[in-house]
Amino acid sequence: MELLFASAIGVLTACGIYLILRQRTFPVILGLSLLSYAVNLFLFATGRLSVGAPPILQYGVETYTDPLPQALVLTAIVISFGMTAVIVMIALSAYLSENDDRIDMDNPSEPAKDDA
Amino acid sequence: MSLFLIAALPFLGAVFPALLIRAGRNACASAAGAVTLLALIGVLVNAPRVMAGGVVTAQIDWLPQLGMNLHFFMDGLGMFFATLILGIGLLIIIYARYYLSREDPMGQFYAYLLLFQGAMVGIVLSDNILLLVVFWELTSLSSFLLIGYWKHLPAGRQGARMALAVTGAGGLALIGGMLVLGNIAGTYSLSEILDQKELIQSSPLYLTALILILLGCFTKSAQFPFHFWLPHAMAAPTPVSAYLHSATMVKAGLFLMARLWPVLAGTDAWFYIVSTTGLVTMVLGAMIALFKDDLKALLAFSTVSHLGLITLLLGLGTQAGALAAVFHILNHATFKAALFMSAGIIDHETHTRDIKRLGGLRTLMPVTFVIATIASLSMAGIPPLNGFLSKEMMLEEISHTTWFDSHWFFPVLATIGALFSAAYSFRYIGHVFLGPVRDDYPSKPHDPGAGMWISPAFLVLLVIAIGLFPEAVAGNLVRTVTDAVMGEYGDYYPLKIWHGVTPALYMSGIAVVGGLILLAMHRPLDKGWIATPRPEAKTIFDGLVGALTRACRGITDTLHDGAIGRYAAIFIVFVLVLGGYAFSSGAMGPQTRPMLEIEVLPAIGWFGLVAATLCIVAFHRNRLLSLVLIGVVGLVVTMLFNYFSAPDLALTQLSVEVVTIVLMLLALNFMPKTTPRESSAGRRTRDVLISVAAGLGVGGLIFAIMTRGFAFDTISEFHLANSYKGGGGDNVVNVILVDFRGFDTFGEIIVLGIAAIVIYAITEAIMQTSVRARLLNRVPDQSVAGDAHPLMMVVVTRLMMPVALMVAAYIFFRGHNLPGGGFIAGLIAAIAIIMQYMASGFGWAAARQHFPYHGIIGSGVLVAAVTGLGAWFNGMPFLTSAFGYIHPPGLEEFEWATAALFDLGVFLAVVGAVLLALESLSRYAWNPNIDSRHPMDINPSRDDNGRVIRKD
Repeated sequence: MELLFASAIGVLTACGIYLILRQRTFPVILGLSLLSYAVNLFLFATGRLSVGAPPILQYGVETYTDPLPQALVLTAIVISFGMTAVIVMIALSAYLSENDDRIDMDNPSEPAKDDA
Repeated sequence: MSLFLIAALPFLGAVFPALLIRAGRNACASAAGAVTLLALIGVLVNAPRVMAGGVVTAQIDWLPQLGMNLHFFMDGLGMFFATLILGIGLLIIIYARYYLSREDPMGQFYAYLLLFQGAMVGIVLSDNILLLVVFWELTSLSSFLLIGYWKHLPAGRQGARMALAVTGAGGLALIGGMLVLGNIAGTYSLSEILDQKELIQSSPLYLTALILILLGCFTKSAQFPFHFWLPHAMAAPTPVSAYLHSATMVKAGLFLMARLWPVLAGTDAWFYIVSTTGLVTMVLGAMIALFKDDLKALLAFSTVSHLGLITLLLGLGTQAGALAAVFHILNHATFKAALFMSAGIIDHETHTRDIKRLGGLRTLMPVTFVIATIASLSMAGIPPLNGFLSKEMMLEEISHTTWFDSHWFFPVLATIGALFSAAYSFRYIGHVFLGPVRDDYPSKPHDPGAGMWISPAFLVLLVIAIGLFPEAVAGNLVRTVTDAVMGEYGDYYPLKIWHGVTPALYMSGIAVVGGLILLAMHRPLDKGWIATPRPEAKTIFDGLVGALTRACRGITDTLHDGAIGRYAAIFIVFVLVLGGYAFSSGAMGPQTRPMLEIEVLPAIGWFGLVAATLCIVAFHRNRLLSLVLIGVVGLVVTMLFNYFSAPDLALTQLSVEVVTIVLMLLALNFMPKTTPRESSAGRRTRDVLISVAAGLGVGGLIFAIMTRGFAFDTISEFHLANSYKGGGGDNVVNVILVDFRGFDTFGEIIVLGIAAIVIYAITEAIMQTSVRARLLNRVPDQSVAGDAHPLMMVVVTRLMMPVALMVAAYIFFRGHNLPGGGFIAGLIAAIAIIMQYMASGFGWAAARQHFPYHGIIGSGVLVAAVTGLGAWFNGMPFLTSAFGYIHPPGLEEFEWATAALFDLGVFLAVVGAVLLALESLSRYAWNPNIDSRHPMDINPSRDDNGRVIRKD
């Protein structure tokens, strides 16, 4: 099972990175989402996989899965929503103002004038 | 008075002038003066103990692990400097009250001045070299504010920037030097370091520490070749110049050399570096000063020269040299401050500082004439004024100093320096006050009011008193200070005017006579000086800064060419290389954990996930389709979490998924629905290679982690063991979030709130631009649905709203013991409200929503913070939770926990953040032309014109 899990993370990462390397904002956002899944699953898996042992304390149950990565990932999921929302917003606003959704800038910044 | 209070008073007091300026200029100046006077009294109260050889200390441990502590001590040297700083500060405050005009923001001036004064007092009282460095940097910053006080003058801004660049760079060197010194000595406590002369001087790092520390001192004290910033700092108002360049800022470097004298001085390196630099600076400064026509420039270079003199004396490394240095610091502070103030008076009254336009002021400004003449004569070294005494001591010391076996090098150069020094002092008198009265002054000169001359007059009285009765006025003080500098009790001869006919007397005589001759020949010499080509320090400095800026800009522009895809590729490849290096250079342990059996359900999930992910890449040009596919991926991830014992994560992922897809759909509404094929086949191949390598790396890494046990005991055991006992909850994940790691969660909700507010801000900014008009005139690129608000959807979402909120409440309350909690409940509640927006329209929903979402975010953070603060009242650290159980009659046992209140804060913050983000985004879609007053398009109770039929 570990092999399946690891390969799924690998595929998510590879596809996420491929999309991040595209030139338009929307694929990049999709890529970031895929990468977030990959990272969250990665962090989650550092607690090792176990089936049927949720970290909810019950009488008579002795083995639980590692709760700490879960707590980390829970907030990470919510924060990655916040991050995605900000990026979507930046991408959308850039498109609306410039009518262009390419991520590369055409002209690098002009040298600023020296202040006397 | 405690040393803490003395050091803190100017900082605390800086608030008063800034506020009291509303009450008028007198109130403002009085506040600044009162604060300074109080601190000065504080120093003087401690003076008897220090004069008796004691040391006053005050200590608070700040970061003892780093060796950085709030330790202050006041010995003779500290007291001497603190008195100078505060005493002259007080005189300057009085003077500035009358100097500044009505247009100058006086509140700012005194606030900056007090900040600077506090930083200086901090330097001289610090007993910890790291603390000293902190105050040192503060003086650089506050002097920047003071020098650039006249913001409207380009010269002021440039001078301030130059001073900051030079002293700031020196400050960096000083930090390095201090760290090396502390490392050698094994402590950052100054008084402990001062006891370790042998250890420090025998260390191979001694020279490194010495050079770095001296760089800091030389830049601060304007020693050659860093002297050029000081004259440019003269663009500041005269009170600033008088303060910074007589008693304080530039003396900080001298102070530090004197402070570290016991451990750094006495070696050849110290002697040759310090005394040679001092000598060169002294001669060069004096020479340039003679040919400056600007009164303040003359004084500035003369200050450079005198600083060189004191550096030279400290560099000698002898007891008499230290004594002379201390004495001259005192004397220079008195006559130079008085001279600067007199220059300010002349500038103030005649509206010019150009010596060539002045002359004959003797009868027009008699008071100023007397003050300036006495101070100048002291600067020239004329008996019986105090400048003569210390200069004589200097010459005496120099006359038997050998430099690289040369007996004449030092005495000759020192005499030349003294000669020029006498010449420019005489010029200050002769070309400004003597000579015929002119009729072309820019403004008719007369003596100012007493407010302006009282301060310099007081200093001039000191000049005379010390000159006439050196032993009685300053003898004990100078000796106590010198003891503190040397770190041991010395055996001194008393201060006196007449030492008999000595080589020094001859040298003094040559200097005075030569000075008079030079002055007489000033006109032809000046012509020669102007005709001689000289390197202009400012040009060189500007050239250096310009070259540095161009180089940095070149590098930045090359690396940062705006191609974000390129940065990302570089970044990923770099991480891959690092990972590859780490993998190849380390040893991987054997597989220690058996793998789980592959079962049918997760295998199906795996297939769905991989297929959907690959399809996203394959079909990413069709944006709507890829959005559907990413929803599939999210759902499979949710199921994976659930399968692998993480119900909380599954719930969270599911609700986040809904919100994310809604958000992306909204955004896609305004964006092109397809992505064009742009990248070349080569680039695509490159990207595939990079991403496959990254995927293999990440997958391999996590596989290796998962098939190996923990290398050491995890802290998770603690959380499992204490979740119920300590946190009162069975759901360990939730207890970690709201209790064990509550502080992290607190930070996260703040971050989430900030993200939402950023989105709101972007929308606001964009809507101010022409985008708004474009949006209003936008023609949808896809056919619009016939029903803007379909009846079924409106009815269903409204029916579901209370149910959904009930579910949210349920999830919230059970969260402590079963899967759920504030995050998930918040997301569910947010989705319930988003459904109303989607079904019934923005206008309808917004009109019924009475709480601003910013407020909800803020209240969430506040509730969480107040819950955390509550722990303080129980004497516990921030965010310590409490819980207990109550048995309401007839009901089951009920648990209460403060963690639930904290979770309520999380709930509110999440609701507010999600809704603010989505609401901001939907503002783009809002169009006043669309009638959204009516939530349903088809309403039986309304006629076709939109009027409600009355049933009378």
